[in-house]
Amino acid sequence: MIEPKLQTVDMMLNMGPQHPATHGLFRMVLTVDGERIVDCQPHLGYLHRGVEKLSENLPYEHVLTLLDRSDYVCAFNNEWPYVIALEKLMGVSVPERAEYIRIIMAELNRIANHMLFYGSFGADAGALTPFLYAFREREYIQSVFEAVSGARMMHNYFRVGGVREDVPPDFERRMAELIPKLRRGIEECDELLSRNEVLIARTRGVGIISAEDAMDYGMSGPSLRASGPAIDLRKTEPYSVYDQFDFDIPVGQRGDTYDRYILRIEEMRQSLRIVEQALEKMPAGRIRARVPRIVRPRPGEAYARCENPRGDFGVYVVAMGGDRAYRMKVRSPAFCNLMALPHLLRGSYVADVVLILGSLDICLGEVDR
Amino acid sequence: MTEAAPQTLEGLLGAALGPMALSMVRSRDEVVVEIGRTNIREACRRAKLDPSLDVDYLRCLSGVDYPDRFEVVYHLYSTRKRHRVVFKVRLPKENPTVDSVTQVWRGANWHEREATDMFGIRFTGHPDPRTLLLMEGQEDHPLLKSFRLAELRKTY
Repeated sequence: MIEPKLQTVDMMLNMGPQHPATHGLFRMVLTVDGERIVDCQPHLGYLHRGVEKLSENLPYEHVLTLLDRSDYVCAFNNEWPYVIALEKLMGVSVPERAEYIRIIMAELNRIANHMLFYGSFGADAGALTPFLYAFREREYIQSVFEAVSGARMMHNYFRVGGVREDVPPDFERRMAELIPKLRRGIEECDELLSRNEVLIARTRGVGIISAEDAMDYGMSGPSLRASGPAIDLRKTEPYSVYDQFDFDIPVGQRGDTYDRYILRIEEMRQSLRIVEQALEKMPAGRIRARVPRIVRPRPGEAYARCENPRGDFGVYVVAMGGDRAYRMKVRSPAFCNLMALPHLLRGSYVADVVLILGSLDICLGEVDR
Repeated sequence: MTEAAPQTLEGLLGAALGPMALSMVRSRDEVVVEIGRTNIREACRRAKLDPSLDVDYLRCLSGVDYPDRFEVVYHLYSTRKRHRVVFKVRLPKENPTVDSVTQVWRGANWHEREATDMFGIRFTGHPDPRTLLLMEGQEDHPLLKSFRLAELRKTY
């Protein structure tokens, strides 16, 4: 019972930048009234490494490694729009085998990313066991990445006109072992967490954003699709050979935290479908178009976008001749999704903050670049 | 797409923007329109509200530092009509100021703050023009061509 003369004051609560649940170096200054969030001020830039400035000073091929490291979980997906932009500038068309290899790697990377999301989302909610299950699945995928590109995470594998080298001779055998393991793993992970009543109670109806607000903020990826719009660049603006694949786009109805979570589980299943179809259809042939050794696009501009696991990842390249870019702007989906964070947090409880932030699936390396 | 499309995207843009469009060029899969500096907010508003354009999605807002000018490049997309439009605004070097378009798309907010940090471009009417990616109180604008990185010794 509140006494009539009791005066209250909003409290400023600082989260971060050192914090185990902010998914990186990220600071939020929350203004709270009791347990309710009144406002949230995000502070970025702790992981800003100057990717765009460096890209003006390094040759085009070297910049690829910077993009690997900007969003360090989705490395293949980050390399892709950059090479597409350069291919547009140089008028290069990619051989079919390379397109299929790219799709297989990108979709496996999507599963790996969503597994990391699943594990950390569970950890944010207090369930620590799913984290280990998720990383077991990621280990299987990363062994395949290591066999194909030589590295578990920073692959440096895509090239202008194709990929750096062909898949190893035992690739079919590796994939034949991997796919059933992943299928079983996804179902196990789903069973472990998705119908847990504590998780559902903590995430259903929490952190709702409407479709119009999400579009206005420029959100993309599963965080946008949870609110209803079936916008997935693989279907709405197909690139590579995605139009030859049969897969579904999971879409949410309520735009709450649970929808954003369950969507990603379903996306993993769809990615596995794409990988199976790609393995069946992959033709023989060249894995890289004939491109000069040193990449020198003609002067011009190009914007390329791909459906990253986090959303719409775009690269805008301005070329003025020479072997390095004049300007490269990276449109990061996590950056745009994070813009909606104050909107999502206002009115919710302090206990919901970590789950709402986790459900956006941000990677600070990509947000700050 | 076999439905009757009586007008091209260039035609629709020309009709909606009128004299605000200083030039229009088709570049591969998008139409690039140069907009006069004082008209950008109105042009964006028309692009969003005009039912034939229906540009509901601001994809990217970038600043570029050219030798003789700044440019602010708006990559826009219509999720229903599925067309891509690029607006470009030229700003003079001595006074790089332009209207903010956060009133049209809230998603322009952080992109504009980043352009301010990196280039010193000022967006009038921006609700929150604080530093975003740089340290508080940092006065440098790193993406200007005049801001030089430490020399990289060429070994290749």
